[in-house]
Amino acid sequence: MEAMKEVMKEARQEVMKEKARENMRVLLELNGINLFFGGVQAVRDMSFTIMDDELAGIIGPNGAGKTTVFNIISGVYSPTSGSIWFREQDITPLMAYQVNRLGIARTFQNLRLFGRSSALENVMTAMQNRYRYSFRENLWGHLTPSYRPDPAYHYSFAESLLHVGRWRRTESHIRARSMELLDRVGLADRARQAAGTLPYGLQRRLEIARALALDPKLLLLDEPAAGMNPEEVAGLNRLITGIHREFKLTTLVIEHHMDVIMEICPHIVCMNFGAKIAEGSPEEIQSNPEVLSAYLGDEDDADGEGVSA
Amino acid sequence: MNKNLLGSAAFVALGAALAFVPLSGYQEGIVVLLCINCIAAMGVSLLTGFTGIFTLGHAAYMALGAYTAAIMTVRYGIHWLPAIVAGGIVAVFVAWLIGIPTLRLTGDYYAIASIGLGEAIRLILENWQSFTRGARGFPGIESYSTRPVSVVFFTVLGIFMFNLLDSRLGRELKASRDDRAAASLMGFHTPTSRMKALLLSAFYCGISGALLAGYMNFIQPSMFDMMKSTELTAVVVFGGLGSMSGTLLGSAIITSVMEYFRDISQYRMLIYGFLLVVIMVLRPEGLLGSREIWSFFMPASDGSGGARGRE
Repeated sequence: MEAMKEVMKEARQEVMKEKARENMRVLLELNGINLFFGGVQAVRDMSFTIMDDELAGIIGPNGAGKTTVFNIISGVYSPTSGSIWFREQDITPLMAYQVNRLGIARTFQNLRLFGRSSALENVMTAMQNRYRYSFRENLWGHLTPSYRPDPAYHYSFAESLLHVGRWRRTESHIRARSMELLDRVGLADRARQAAGTLPYGLQRRLEIARALALDPKLLLLDEPAAGMNPEEVAGLNRLITGIHREFKLTTLVIEHHMDVIMEICPHIVCMNFGAKIAEGSPEEIQSNPEVLSAYLGDEDDADGEGVSA
Repeated sequence: MNKNLLGSAAFVALGAALAFVPLSGYQEGIVVLLCINCIAAMGVSLLTGFTGIFTLGHAAYMALGAYTAAIMTVRYGIHWLPAIVAGGIVAVFVAWLIGIPTLRLTGDYYAIASIGLGEAIRLILENWQSFTRGARGFPGIESYSTRPVSVVFFTVLGIFMFNLLDSRLGRELKASRDDRAAASLMGFHTPTSRMKALLLSAFYCGISGALLAGYMNFIQPSMFDMMKSTELTAVVVFGGLGSMSGTLLGSAIITSVMEYFRDISQYRMLIYGFLLVVIMVLRPEGLLGSREIWSFFMPASDGSGGARGRE
């Protein structure tokens, strides 16, 4: 009887897994991205897909083009050729603010906080920009995204002139939610300090809080562990995996410290000289000869086989 | 909530004090001038201090406001109140036209463009003789800028400004000042943010100019030259970039000092320059830095020394 139950349970789990696999949607898809800066090819034929609810990582040596890929995804650069699809929509031609409104938030390798504002204000600035997106067909039958500010985070110009109407409720809502996020990343007691005067590690955490405030579908973290000591890195790893679980948030992390990514990301893309050289699980990446040569270097590579093009 | 009411109440109290304390005719004149200068300075502060767009041409918007109000009241006999508001609106419209091409410029380039635009508007007013009477000036304007009128305008616009800064728009402008790339990756369309700041500042300067016309009874294009523009920006820097109360304080100090030394008026610019050099040496970040005046009295605002903001 006991064994029977066990078998039934296992069978049910199998079915659930199968269903989950079907439901897993492609969230982000890069198709053959190329980017030239003048004669320099910064990104070469880059393709990968990120599934919904995934925690993925991009690794590669310095100058491999990792941040450039982030800049392409977030709309800072537009690729020379290739296309980017996000939630079954082509976002290649969109500008940075439009990409952001569709639900992609990012942090920066070289911190870009609003330095003179307080930590709380930094988060509130992002929080007030929550958009509801819907797709509607325009005259030519194309699906276009329309952004409407979420009423819970919105009030009119006249209301802000006079501080009446929805202003009070909305502002206190934004403030309370922002404090919650600051608390989540462990910055609640620093809420009123100017962001530029926070210690480095805390500034990184503040950037994550600010990105989370946008309520994104996809979170891009650009070298969140840069300049941190091992202890801080361990804390950061806990934060990232915790956020991924808690907010059910698809996350893509850039790191060039292999050990950070190997620890937290089940899906890894490895880049070198602007091209993808490997993709897979941490074990696959670690045993891949190309990855090893990219990191350790070897005689052949020194001739610059990968540099030219 | 209480903080807001308190701020508005403080402003109304300040306004009431300015409006009802018995003063001599000369002192009343200074109060009116103070209100007029403060309104213009608030506008420039929003653009330069809070949005990070340096301008050296905002006297042109004052000129537009002044000429609009003057022509409407004198030529067409329209009541002064709609004429003042129209002055602000005309300034906003022209700022919009100018903003479309020039707000693509950033940093020093916009400052240079603004000098050119300011001078261009002044020269148009000077040479369009059939309409503006040119360099001879425009006389006979009704003196509608009495003490109560200018104090009411100052109080209302002041409350609006402080409320606005403590809301979505204030944070949006500060975000695009501190880091434009980051702001656009927060979902702000930064050119629109910059345009909003320009239009608002033009409105404030337009109103200020219209009030100035009603105070002086006579306007001429040379009153709104580059010197005046520089003065507006200098007052904002003097008070502290990113501090609206600092702007008001700076404006009050500079206006009073200039009035005090009216007797030796040939040395006024000397004293003015000396004052600016002193403040730049002693407090390079301006009188109040980027903090508002009440933050100096509030407890537990630990180390929010905005002076260390990165640029």
